[in-house]
Amino acid sequence: MSTDAVNEGKRRFLVTSTSVVGAIGAGFVAVPFVASWMPSERAKNAGAPVEADISRLEEGRMVTYEWQSKPVWIVRRSEKTLADLEKNADKLRDPGSDNVDQQPEYAKNAVRSIKPEILVLVGICTHLGCSPTFRPDIAPADLGEDWLGGFFCPCHSSKFDMAGRVYQGVPAPTNLAVPPHYYVSDNTILIGEDGEAA
Amino acid sequence: MANLLGWIDDRFPLSKMWNEHLAEYYAPKNFNFWYFFGSLALLVLVIQIVTGIFLTMHYKPDGELAFASVEYIMRDVPYGWLIRYIHSTGATAFFIVVYLHMFRGLMYGSYKKPRELIWLFGMFIYLALMAEAFMGYLLPWGQMSYWGAQVIISLFSAIPVIGDDLTLWIRGDFVISDATLNRFFALHVIALPFVIVFLVIAHILALHEVGSNNPDGVEIKKNKDSNGIPLDGIPFHPYYSVKDIVGVVVFLFFFSVVLFYFPDGGGYFLEHANFIASDPLKTPEHIAPVWYFTPFYAILRAVPDKLMGVGAMGAAIVVLFFLPWIDRCKVKSIRYRSAIYKVNLVVFAITFVVLGWLAMQPVTGTITIMSQLFTFLYFAFFVVLYITSKNENTKPVPDRVTS
Repeated sequence: MSTDAVNEGKRRFLVTSTSVVGAIGAGFVAVPFVASWMPSERAKNAGAPVEADISRLEEGRMVTYEWQSKPVWIVRRSEKTLADLEKNADKLRDPGSDNVDQQPEYAKNAVRSIKPEILVLVGICTHLGCSPTFRPDIAPADLGEDWLGGFFCPCHSSKFDMAGRVYQGVPAPTNLAVPPHYYVSDNTILIGEDGEAA
Repeated sequence: MANLLGWIDDRFPLSKMWNEHLAEYYAPKNFNFWYFFGSLALLVLVIQIVTGIFLTMHYKPDGELAFASVEYIMRDVPYGWLIRYIHSTGATAFFIVVYLHMFRGLMYGSYKKPRELIWLFGMFIYLALMAEAFMGYLLPWGQMSYWGAQVIISLFSAIPVIGDDLTLWIRGDFVISDATLNRFFALHVIALPFVIVFLVIAHILALHEVGSNNPDGVEIKKNKDSNGIPLDGIPFHPYYSVKDIVGVVVFLFFFSVVLFYFPDGGGYFLEHANFIASDPLKTPEHIAPVWYFTPFYAILRAVPDKLMGVGAMGAAIVVLFFLPWIDRCKVKSIRYRSAIYKVNLVVFAITFVVLGWLAMQPVTGTITIMSQLFTFLYFAFFVVLYITSKNENTKPVPDRVTS
């Protein structure tokens, strides 16, 4: 048994270096476990584009399609609705659709659509992910006299106009998203792809 | 028997633990009604674990099968309805008991030095319990399960920069799906129960290290007899163990009334929309969390900005962790504290209940303004407490407990 004095410096170095190396090792071991929570290959491959037939969609009405398990709305807007879109521009957060994440380039216009009358939106509120209610009625009692039609989220009362643009003073931060889509023919929209033109 | 016990004691500290935590754990003799809720929380934890184990034997954590398997439990499994209703009623009971237990702590200053760690462990239990309840609520895979989880998980998307990737990581898919359901099941039945049990043990060990507080807020360890036993202390077993059994009986009476006559609590314990299978395309008309989350949900709804709203809601919970340092008054019990503190605490309790009620109402202008007012009052409690507690006009505290 050694009677030499303990080399404290050496001991501290060994303890520290062993701890640090051990902690780094534990960090590396954590990687596969953390990564296992990311979407699986199967989940990534799901969500193929969806074809929507709008030939029978009447003016002022909305249809819902399911794309990537999310509701996608298609609304045929009237001339009056399109004309009304300008009226509330000063009450909107992003009237010019300047947030590029919320629509493809071809929907960055005054009406947020390829064909002016046909609006295509992901029906998920940009606040906390509820699906807002379609409220095309003008000036209903619960939404006030200024209401020119649009979408109302019942969860936290975010309001969007008939182009999915968010009003000021509500919790939702951004406009409703326009999904990538293009017209296969006059009355058929493919939701989920940009088409060769884009 | 004595030989057997001796044999065990030579190998495992059985008698030592029994004495330390029960037979020779001296608790103040003046515990009142409010001191039932700690042991009741433990009882409910056991109820939840036992019923939960039996539910997993019939439940299927699969996006295609989950909703039907819960209906199967309700209709076809012998006494499945009873086991499920005990579990769902237990969730509500857990929060009632825990909220009363926490309120007791506020009244008698049980979080103050030297019991700060007990309070912190307790707050972590509360946090884990909220996660446990939230994840459990997804499992029936009904409309409220789905959209409630959608809203709560989306809260994380408010975090700048990493928010969207974080929500993707939590869900494991681009929407709430089978992947989310399956991992929430794993967390609900394995991970979080372990965490909660571990924290409960830490909570109790910390309590038994420093000793229990009491309605007078007097440290009984300051006055001991010649054997070193606190003069105002009585052994937990048999005195409080027997007393707590009375509490258990009364508790089970109320529990059974809910269980057998109002298992859905009029839509507050099991929401009506949750009897409809989840539909990713349609949000229920009126979405509200289960009652025990509503006060914080009202705070979220009160703020018309995504990041600020989520921040305020988070702050409402986080601020509770700091209570031992926000309250700077040396006097523990409300009995000897100033009128300001009494009023402040009463307003806070009312605020908490009103916020809970507000979150259950459909959004209107009035409800929003009221939510904002009461959100302000919620935080005002802590501000007023911090300012007034430093030099509070307190009454003299007795040396010994009073009753």
